[in-house]
Formats: sequence, structure tokens, C-alpha cells
Amino acid sequence: MNKPAHIDEHRDDEGAKTGMWIFIFTELILFGGLFIVYSVYRYLNPAAFHLAAEELDTFIGTVNTVILLVSSMTIAMSISAIQYKNKKLTLILMSVTILLAAVFMVNKYFEWSGKISHGIYPGSPTLMEASQGEILFFGLYYAMTGLHAIHIIIGVAFIAYVMVLVAKDEIQHDNFVILENSGLYWHLVDLIWIFLFPLFYLIT
Amino acid sequence: MSDTVIQNHEPNYLEYKGRYKGIFAWIFSTDHKRIGLLYLYSMLVLFSIAAILGLLMKIELIAPGRTIMDAQTYNSFFTLHGITMIFLIVVPGLPAVFGNFFLPLMIGAKDVAFPKLNLLSWWIYILGAAIALSAQFFGDGPPDTGWTFYAPYSFRTGTNMLPAVTGAFILGFSSIATGINFIVTMHRMRAPGMDWMKMPLFPWALYGTSWIQVLATPIVGVTLLMIVLERTMQIGFFDPALGGDPILYQHLFWIYSHPAVYIMILPAMGVISEIIPTFARKTIFGYKAIVISTLAIAFVGYFVWGHHMFTSGMSGTALYTFSILTFLVAIPSAIKIFNWVATLHKASIDIQTPFLWALCFLFVFMIGGLSGMVLGALSANVHLHDTAFVVAHFHFIVFGGTGYAFFGALHYWYPKMFGRMYDKGWANIGLAIFFTGFNTLYLPMFYLGMIGMPRRYYDYVEEFHGPNIVSSFGAMLMISGLVIIITNLVRSARKGEIAEADPWKSKTLEWTVASPPPLENFAEIPVVTKRPYDYE
Repeated sequence: MNKPAHIDEHRDDEGAKTGMWIFIFTELILFGGLFIVYSVYRYLNPAAFHLAAEELDTFIGTVNTVILLVSSMTIAMSISAIQYKNKKLTLILMSVTILLAAVFMVNKYFEWSGKISHGIYPGSPTLMEASQGEILFFGLYYAMTGLHAIHIIIGVAFIAYVMVLVAKDEIQHDNFVILENSGLYWHLVDLIWIFLFPLFYLIT
Repeated sequence: MSDTVIQNHEPNYLEYKGRYKGIFAWIFSTDHKRIGLLYLYSMLVLFSIAAILGLLMKIELIAPGRTIMDAQTYNSFFTLHGITMIFLIVVPGLPAVFGNFFLPLMIGAKDVAFPKLNLLSWWIYILGAAIALSAQFFGDGPPDTGWTFYAPYSFRTGTNMLPAVTGAFILGFSSIATGINFIVTMHRMRAPGMDWMKMPLFPWALYGTSWIQVLATPIVGVTLLMIVLERTMQIGFFDPALGGDPILYQHLFWIYSHPAVYIMILPAMGVISEIIPTFARKTIFGYKAIVISTLAIAFVGYFVWGHHMFTSGMSGTALYTFSILTFLVAIPSAIKIFNWVATLHKASIDIQTPFLWALCFLFVFMIGGLSGMVLGALSANVHLHDTAFVVAHFHFIVFGGTGYAFFGALHYWYPKMFGRMYDKGWANIGLAIFFTGFNTLYLPMFYLGMIGMPRRYYDYVEEFHGPNIVSSFGAMLMISGLVIIITNLVRSARKGEIAEADPWKSKTLEWTVASPPPLENFAEIPVVTKRPYDYE
């Protein structure tokens, strides 16, 4: 154990990663609460959930799934790039990740605004006339994909911050744990979507 | 502070001059000891406010009918009292104050794993507290749901619920950040030679607590978020009119909030496990049993939430399953009690104020625990549900457990934290008055509950008058005791006698450094060869 000059300079990559993993567990459990609510109401209203799910556009959902999977790959590749001391490639791969996230959000925007223009949004008169199961389905749809979208925004901000650190050479081939952690967070965002996609779009 | 004794060349953490001056030297400090004190000061202020609210409620209940406030004010008082006490003081209390201050010292580290995250937790704590308390001052009146925010009332009531719920949600982040920080610290930063079975018991208790914080808090977070969405967007999660289920809210809420009870009590048990061997001058009896029971409580605590809902309408199977599990969780708690008592057996006891606090803890905690058994039994629960009995029970556990351990810890570690001693005489007088007041306040409430007085009620029939007078008188006595205790501590921080490094002749690592500790805790990281509490 070599002694750091001051506690602020204490460095422990393993510890930083452990902390990030535990944080990821808490995030999964946060969504876990919503998954429980979803399962309870799906169990209570199977027919209504079936009907409501048909309203969603599986095509856009699939496209967004592919986008997130590719973006997970590019952020993972950026970690390899920094290990090969290729700063430029690292930055390019990280920008691609952010770009893909933006495309995801644009798709989401069209999807949401499409639904809203049909009068389907929480508390809308159209929705209030539907069955209770459908109200719950769309309530959960907006809450869960909305919370996921907030996580996308946080992830993008995190990755953008790390890009600045890479550009300033504060992250280098032998000190990239923050980049790795941002990658882990991005995988989490991807993973949650992998669960949301079948629940809302595929199981009909 | 220039008259503080200089015990070595390094400045201690109170005197150290960093980049910032004045108050900024504190609120921008990443030193775990200063952060511990920041929490301590904020909590003492909040605790005083919440305690005064409690006193006002007891004065209102001294006689039937309106005494000093109207019913709506009473509702908002018990809500604010509950929110402040639970979310702002009892849940974060011991880990945030004493965990931050002593965890690194006790495991031989220079700081926690993430000092900046640690400071951020305090900032988030203050932000959450400010938002939660702001609910009192603007909008359509203070929240009146009680601290549990039960649906559907929490989204139907016209009062200012949003800030209260949002504040509690934000506080969750602070709790999670502290939990992650402590877990990583204990995994990565124990001094060389300190394997898990050589770690003192307070860190062990914090370890169990941190895992509960990390794994349970997100559930209440998302539940509170659902309340927010329900109020703002009419989603229908818990609204029966839209197909939702208010009982589902109770399940989600208690899936967190029951483990949260163990967030409150585990660190308290850890503190008692430190105080008792120190003053018994004996190795603690059954170190491993205490460690295992800590982890067992943390684990079984997840499976008992249903006992809050015995009268809410669950299946028969669910009812008796939760009842049995509730009894199971009492076993590891009892193991700890027996171990403490066994440690005291044939010990040459040094009677000091912290030890007296520990003894009082044992007394009230056992009353709290045994009344918990009464409530865990299905049939008794149906009779006692939502009566004053429940209020008495959880005050014996939460205040009697965590509160006593908090003050015990404060008296135990005070010389280390401030480098000075408090006045022992006044400390003991304060404790005696407080302890008498405490029992006079809460014991009659067991009786009131059994004869049928409901909890949360503003008014009652003449029949309940007598015990209520006794109880309200007890509240006043208890507050006077608290005033003496806190005044003594505040005064001694400036004027007390200078304390030595190890005034209690204790054996754990935090006593091997100067009082108050130097900025970096240890000039040389210690190598641990012995088990803690090695007195013989």
C-alpha cells in the first residue's frame, strides 16, 4: 500500500467500481418497485393490458432497442480505445453514444406526442372513458418510460462530463475508472429498456 | 479555540485551517469528522423543533376537547413531528453523525472511501430537509397525512403534500449515498491485519445498516415518486376510482419502512455493544453471535412488512406467515440482549454516564421489544391496531432504542469529538429526569391503548382523561431532562475540562489517537493484531 500525500488524492479504482455497482443495484430496485406495480395490475387486468399494448408501435420500440444496444457497444468500445491510448477514437465513440441517445429521445418524442395528440395521456378525457385496466396501462407506460427517459438524460450528462475530462487529459490509459463507471451507468439504462420493451410492446 | 491543548505537532481537525474560512471551512470540508459534526448540529436543531411539537401535542391531549390548538393544527403537528423525527433524525441519525465521525477512526482509515460524495450527502440532506419543512409555510396549509403518506388520502387531501413527499424522496439519495460510501469504506479501507472478525461491533452494525439503506430506500423512493405523479397527473396507481389499489401502496411503503426500522435500531445496538465492554472492562460475550445476529436482523427485516397491515385485508396465509416471521426477527435481537447481559456478569463495572445510558437503553428497549411481540401476535394486533399502545411501543423502540443510544454515544464519544469533558453530575441528573419523564410519558399509553384510545386522535372521551394527564406531565418532565442534557453538552464544548486521549481506558482504535483527532486521523496507519475489546 503506497501512502497518498493527502486523503483527497487517495485512489482506489476497485473501490470506485464497487460503489458504482452498488448504486446500479439501487437503481434496479427503484425500477423494481414499478415492475411490481406493473405485474400486479397486469395480473388483475389481463384483457385490458392486452388491448392497450396493441396501441403501441412495436416498430419504433424495436428501433429504439437497437439504438440503445448499439450505443452500449460504442461506450464499451470507447473504454478499449482509451486503453489503447487513442484519445481521438475515444472521443468519437463517446460522441456516437450521445448521438444515439439523442436519436432515441427524438423517437420517444414522436411516439409520446403521437399518443398525446390522440388524447392518450394521464388524466385526459379520452383516457378517462377507457376501462380501468387501460388507464393503468398508459399510466404505467408514461411513468416508466418517462423515468427511463430521465435516466437517459442523466446518462448523457454524465458521459458529456467524462468527455470533457478525456479532452483535458484528466482521464488517460492508466486512469479511466470514471469512464468505466459512466459506461456501467449507460449499460444500466440500456438494461432497463431491455425489460421495458417486452413488457409494453411485445407481450400483447 | 486557541486554548485547546496541542498534543502533537499536527493540528487537530477543529483547528485545521484549509482553503476556506469561517462557516465555509465547515460546509465545504470533505473531512469525515467535520461532516459528522455538521450532521450533529443540523440534527440537534431539527430534533429540538420536533420535540417541541411533540410536547405541544401532549399538552393538547392533557384534557378532552380543544386545549391549545384546533384539530387541523394537531394533524399537521403530528405529521411534521413524524416526518422530521423519522426521515430527518432517526433514520440518518447514528450512521450520519457517529458513523461518519468514527467509522474511519475505528477501522484505522484516514477517511471514508468517497469524501466528496460524503459532503454531497450532507448537502442533499439539508436540501431535502429544507424542502420537506417548506411544506409548513406556503401553499394550502401544512400536510396532515401522518409520516406514512397513506394513499388515497395523501393525493386527495388539499394540503401541501408535494414538498413533504419530494423532500422525503430527496433524503433517500442522501441515505443511499452514505450507505454506498460506508460499504465501500469497510470493504477497501480496513487497516492491515483487521480482518472481518477483528472489526469492532459498531462498524459491523453500520455494515448491516448500509446494506438495508442501499437495498430498501429505492423502493420508498419510487413509492413516493408514485404519490407525486398521482397528485400531479392522476395516473391511478393507488386510486381505486381509476383501478388502482391503496393496499398496494401500503405494501410498497412498508417493504421499505419496515427494514427502515432496522436502519434505526442496528446502529443503536452497535453503540451499546461498544459502551458495555468498555465500562464492564471485559471482552464482549459472544462477539460472533452479535455479528451474525446483526446480519440476521438485516436479512429477516425484509420479510416482516406485512405486520403493519394485519387489519388492512390480506389473505389468511399472508397474515399468519407475517406473524411468524415477525416473531422470528425477535430472536437475533434477544441474542444481543443476552450477550450484553452476559458481558455484565461478574464484570468490574466502571459506572460512568455513557454506561448509565446503556443500562437505561436495555430497560426501555426490552419493554419496546416485548410489546412488539404483543403486536406481532395476530389476535392481539387486531385489538390493539392503531391505538395508543402502538404509539407507546414504537416510541419505546425508536426513541427508547435509537434515541437513548444516540445520547449514550454522544456522552461516550464526546471527549474524543471535542477534546473536553462534560460535567458528569449534571449529565447524570439530566439522564435521571429524562428517564423518569420518558417512562411517565409512554407507559400510560400502553394502558390507554388497551382500553381503546385510538392513535392520531385529537379528542377523546372523559374515560381516558386520567392516564393522559400523567402522560402529558411526563412529557414536560422529559423535555426538562433533555434541556439539562443538551445545555450541559453545549456548555462543556467550550468550558469543559480537557480530556485525555483515552478517558475510559477503552481498547478500540479511535482511542489511540489524540482528542480531538488530528486532521488525517493516523500519522501512521496502525497494524491490527488483536481482536477488539481485548481487556483480559
